[in-house]
Amino acid sequence: MVDHRDSTNPLEREWNKTHTTRLAAAVLLSLGLSSGLQAAECIAPANPGGGWDFTCRSIGKIMYDIKAVDSPIQVTNMAGAGGGLAYTHVVTERANDEELIVAASSATATRLAQNAYGGMTADQVRFLGAIGADPGVIVVAKDSPFQSLTDLIDAVKADPGQVAFAGGSAVGGFDHLKVLMALGRAGFDDITKVKYIGVDGGADAITQTIGGFAQAMTGDISEIVGFLKSGDVRVLASFTEERLPGEFNDIPTAREQGIDVVAVNWRGLYVPKDISDEAYNKWSDALAQVAASDEWAEQMQANGLAPFTKVGTEFQGYVDGVIEEIRTLSKEIGVIQ
Amino acid sequence: METFSLLAQGFAVALTPTTLALAVAGCIIGTMVGALPGLGPSNGVAILIPLAFSLGLDATEALILMTSVYYGAMYRGRISSILLNIPGDEPALMTTLDGYPMARDGRASDALVLSGVASFVGALLATFGLMLLAPVLARVAYLFGPAEYFALYLLAFSTLGGIASDNQRKAALAACMGLAIAMIGLDNSTGMSRFTGGNLHLMDGVDFLVAIVGLFAVSEVFIFIESHGRSSAIGVKLESITIPFKDIVNTFGTMLRSTVIGFVAGILPGAGASLGSFLAYMSEKAWVRDNSQFGKGDPRGVAAPEAGNKAAAGGALVPMLTLGVPGSRTTAVLLALLMTLNITPGPLQFTERPEVVWGLMAALLIANIVLLILNVPMVRIFVKVLSVPPWILLPGACMVSFVGIYSLSGSYFDLVLMIVFGLLGYFLRKLHVPTVPIILGILLGNHMEDSLRRAMVISGGDWKYLFQSGISIGFWIAAIIGFVAPVFLRRFLKTPTPHTT
Repeated sequence: MVDHRDSTNPLEREWNKTHTTRLAAAVLLSLGLSSGLQAAECIAPANPGGGWDFTCRSIGKIMYDIKAVDSPIQVTNMAGAGGGLAYTHVVTERANDEELIVAASSATATRLAQNAYGGMTADQVRFLGAIGADPGVIVVAKDSPFQSLTDLIDAVKADPGQVAFAGGSAVGGFDHLKVLMALGRAGFDDITKVKYIGVDGGADAITQTIGGFAQAMTGDISEIVGFLKSGDVRVLASFTEERLPGEFNDIPTAREQGIDVVAVNWRGLYVPKDISDEAYNKWSDALAQVAASDEWAEQMQANGLAPFTKVGTEFQGYVDGVIEEIRTLSKEIGVIQ
Repeated sequence: METFSLLAQGFAVALTPTTLALAVAGCIIGTMVGALPGLGPSNGVAILIPLAFSLGLDATEALILMTSVYYGAMYRGRISSILLNIPGDEPALMTTLDGYPMARDGRASDALVLSGVASFVGALLATFGLMLLAPVLARVAYLFGPAEYFALYLLAFSTLGGIASDNQRKAALAACMGLAIAMIGLDNSTGMSRFTGGNLHLMDGVDFLVAIVGLFAVSEVFIFIESHGRSSAIGVKLESITIPFKDIVNTFGTMLRSTVIGFVAGILPGAGASLGSFLAYMSEKAWVRDNSQFGKGDPRGVAAPEAGNKAAAGGALVPMLTLGVPGSRTTAVLLALLMTLNITPGPLQFTERPEVVWGLMAALLIANIVLLILNVPMVRIFVKVLSVPPWILLPGACMVSFVGIYSLSGSYFDLVLMIVFGLLGYFLRKLHVPTVPIILGILLGNHMEDSLRRAMVISGGDWKYLFQSGISIGFWIAAIIGFVAPVFLRRFLKTPTPHTT
C-alpha cells in the first residue's frame, strides 16, 4: 500500500506533506509551541522510547537550542517494519523534501544489507552523519563462571547447547550478529548451533540473564549502565577499537582478548536522495555543530554513548562499507541467500 | 518509617503550587486525550513530551505532568466502554462486558461512578504497593523466564472460553481467530515475515488498537446503517445521578481482590494492564458464588477490570523504575522521558535519585485524588453525551477513531485495515460471536508464542523445560483447573445454561 503518487508537482507535494504531518504536530501547533515558521521534521522510524526516538528528540532539540536551525524541529514517530515504513515513505513520497531528516542506526544498515526493507536499497537515500555510538558489549550476571570473553567462547566451542545468548533484537539482528562475528573470528564455524533468544529490548535481555535463563547478554552499553552500577552484571568485553573513556575504562575490549571484532551501534541521520547539495551541506553543518556542542557531550555521557563523529561524504563511505560487511556475514550464516 | 520520611520529602516536592497546577492540568489533558478512541494513554504521553521540554520543566515536574496525563487517560478509557460499548483503549476492553449492559439498563451513571471509585481504589492501593515494596518486587522479574511467561499466558488463555456467558464455543472460536491474526508479522525467532504478503505495513503485525476500533466502533456504524438507526446500540437511558453507595460497598471486596491481581500482573514486564484487567475480571467471575449476571451488567464486572487495570498501571511502574524494563506501551514512553531527562533507570534509581522516585509517588497520590474529584461529579457531563442523537454521536465517535488510528503510524493502510475489521465485526455480531476474545487473542497470542519459542531455544527443544520451576508448575495447575473446572462444575451442579438473549 505504498503511495506512488508523483511528488514533483509542488501543490501535490504540499498536499502529501500536510497529509503525512501527523496528529502530534496538530496538537503541538494548537498548543502554540510552533512559532508559525515552517518547521523542519525529524522522522523517528519507531514508537517513542527507543534509540531512534532519542536521536530525533535530542539532536533536534540541541540543533534548535544552539541555533544551528531557525525553528524547532518537530519529531514524527513513524513506526513499522523496523524502520522500513519510514524508509519507503522517504524514498517514494519525500525524495526531494529539504526540510526532512530521519533517524538511523546500525540497525538501519543491517536491515538494508539483509534486504529487509522490501527491495529498497541503501543508495536510495543520502546518509548524513553519525555523531555518537553505543558500543557493543557482552555481559554476564555477577555470579557467572565466565571471567573473560575467551572463557565464554571456549564454553560455546565445547558445547554450544550450554550457552544461550539473550539480546534485544530479533534473530539476525545486530545484537545477534555481534555474537556470531565474535565466534567466527575465534574460529567457531558451526554458527547455526549458537543459541540466541531475541526479547523485547536490552533491559528485558539483561533481566533474563540475571535471572539465569540466558547465560550471556549481547547488547549496547547504554542498555546496561544501571545494572553495571548496581553490580548485578559484569561486562566481559566491549566491541570497540580502544577502551571506553571514563568510568568504563576498566572494561577490556574484545580486541585485547584476541578477538578482533569492532561493533558499535552508531546513532545518526539520513536525508532524502534528491535534495540539493546546498541543503545537504546545511544539514551536515548543523549536525557537525551539534556534535561539537557541550549539550551533546552531556547527552552522550548520560546515555552511555561514545564519541563517534562521521559527517557528510565520509559517513556515506563508512555506511557503504558496513553494509557490504554485514551482507557477506549474513550470507555466511544463512540469514539471506 | 524511613518510607514515610521519604514520602514526606516527596510531598514537599510535589506539593508546590507549580507541581500541583501541573498535576491538575495533566489530569485534565489526559482525560481529554483519553476521549479519543485509538489515542490511548501512550500516545497522549508521547505527544506531550515536547511540551514538557518547551516549558523548561525539571525532571520531577515533567514526570508529574506525564504521570497525571497517563492516569487521566487511563481513567477516561472506561467512559466510552460504558456509554458506547467502544473501549477507549485496550485496558478498558473488559469494562465493556458489564459496563455497557449496565448503561443499557439505565444505570449509566452508576456504572461510571462505580468504575471511577474502583479505579481510584486500584490506583491508590497500587501506589502504596509501589512505595512499600518496589525494591523487593523488582526481584520478581528475575524469577520469570520464558517457561514461566508461557505458563502465565496459557493460564489467561485457558479461561478465555468462559468469558462469554452464553456460548463458550463461539468465544473459543473468536479467541482462535485472534491467535491467527496474531501470527501475522515478523517472526522474532527466525527473523522471517509471516502472512504479510510482502507488505511492509504488516511486518509488525496487526496493531490491536486498529482491531479494537474496527471491531467495536466501525461495526457499530454498519449495524446502525443497516437498521436505519432503529436498533442503535446507543439505547442508553438517561436518569438522575446518584452515588450508588450500595454498589460501592458491595463491590469493595471485588476491588481489593482485583487490585492485588492487577498489581501482580503489572509487575511482570510484558504482561501489563490488559492482562491485569482480564485476569481480575475472570478470577472475580470464578470467585463469586453467583456469577450468572456477569456479562449482563453485574456491578462487580465493572469494578473488577477497572480496579485491575489501574493497579496494573501502578504495578508496571515497578519494573520501569527499578529495572528500566517497560511493562507496557505507556511506561515505555515514560521511560524514554526519564532517559531524556538524564535519569538512568536501574536497580539504583531508588537510592541515587530518591527525589525523583518519591516525588513521582507523591504525584501519583495527588493525581488520583484529583481524578476522583474530577470524575465523580463530571459524570453529569459525560452522561450528557447520550443526549446527543445517535445519528450524530456515532459517526462523530467513528470520525474521532479515524483520527486516532491515523495518528498511530501516520499511514492510511491502518485505516483500510480498520474498515476490514469493521466488516469482520459486523458479520461476527450477526453470528453472535463475541469480539472481546479476538482482541485478547491478538494481545496475548504473540507474547505466548514468543515465550514458547524462546523456551524451546533455551532447552534445545526439550518440552520438560516448561515444567521445571515451581512458578510454572503452579500456573499450569491453575490453567488446567481454570479450563476443566467450569465443565465439571456445570455437570455436577447442574447449573442451567443461560440462554442467548
